[in-house]
Amino acid sequence: MKSIADIKAIRDKMKGQINLRDNKDADTETRIVVGMATCGISAGARPVFNAFVDDIASRQLKNVKVTRTGCMGMCALEPIVEVHVPGEEPVTYVHVDAEKARKIVANHIVNGNVCTEYLIGDNK
Amino acid sequence: MRELALNILDIAENSVKAGATLIRISVKAEGEELRIEISDDGCGMDAEFLKRVTDPFTTTRTTRKVGMGIPLFKMAAEMAGGSFSIRSEKGVGTTVTATFLRDHIDRAPLGDLSDTVVTLIGGECKSEFVFEVSVDGKGFVFDTRELKAELDGVPVGEPEVLVFVRDMIKENMIDIGGETL
Repeated sequence: MKSIADIKAIRDKMKGQINLRDNKDADTETRIVVGMATCGISAGARPVFNAFVDDIASRQLKNVKVTRTGCMGMCALEPIVEVHVPGEEPVTYVHVDAEKARKIVANHIVNGNVCTEYLIGDNK
Repeated sequence: MRELALNILDIAENSVKAGATLIRISVKAEGEELRIEISDDGCGMDAEFLKRVTDPFTTTRTTRKVGMGIPLFKMAAEMAGGSFSIRSEKGVGTTVTATFLRDHIDRAPLGDLSDTVVTLIGGECKSEFVFEVSVDGKGFVFDTRELKAELDGVPVGEPEVLVFVRDMIKENMIDIGGETL
């Protein structure tokens, strides 16, 4: 059985990176916010959250945080994801699934191109 | 909700919103029974609200009038030959308990508990969690306070940490025979 103590290697690796990061402005962090109320969960928000976590970990992206929030008020469009890139307007994606989440990471977070096909305007 | 692990995520999210500092989640399969309990030290509810809380048209939200989380969990338990109870005291906390007949044809599978754990502990959450899982006497405990002590300042929400936690829970579930629960 694996135990918490096994995390030491990851901790030691991350510690140096985190210290470097703390010196930077906190405003440089990209935030991915996944709606995680009953409506979001039943529409499939949990695999979306986990796909973001997986992809960001495997690409070793720094300064990107995945977080969750409650109901965003448009339950029929869940799973809803907001991407906050510092210095840019927040972007709202609707009907997101795990595959779309990986595309959002590749196109929007890594390359800076908003995935316009998943925006709310095209899904009304 | 297709998995009980999704109900757990949903109910525990209420505990987070209730400002709980510690949330205990226990999943216990023993003999014929599967028992899931989520208990917190959050703000609790008064007796009047508690009476109405299993009604889908009760919610604390002001934007609309429905709240489906608790009713859905209650339904999942009752349609699987089990029971549902919720105890709460204002200022003390809330405990939600659901039991299920393990072999009931209508019992939803537990599903992916590791994904639920990652979703709960990720995302700038101030609450601490204790997950206790046991299957016919074999079990494990995962405590975020122990994880934080081991991490020594590295945030729990770092994706690489979360991936580690998910793999750990997955592996432990297989070791105790809980992956098919």
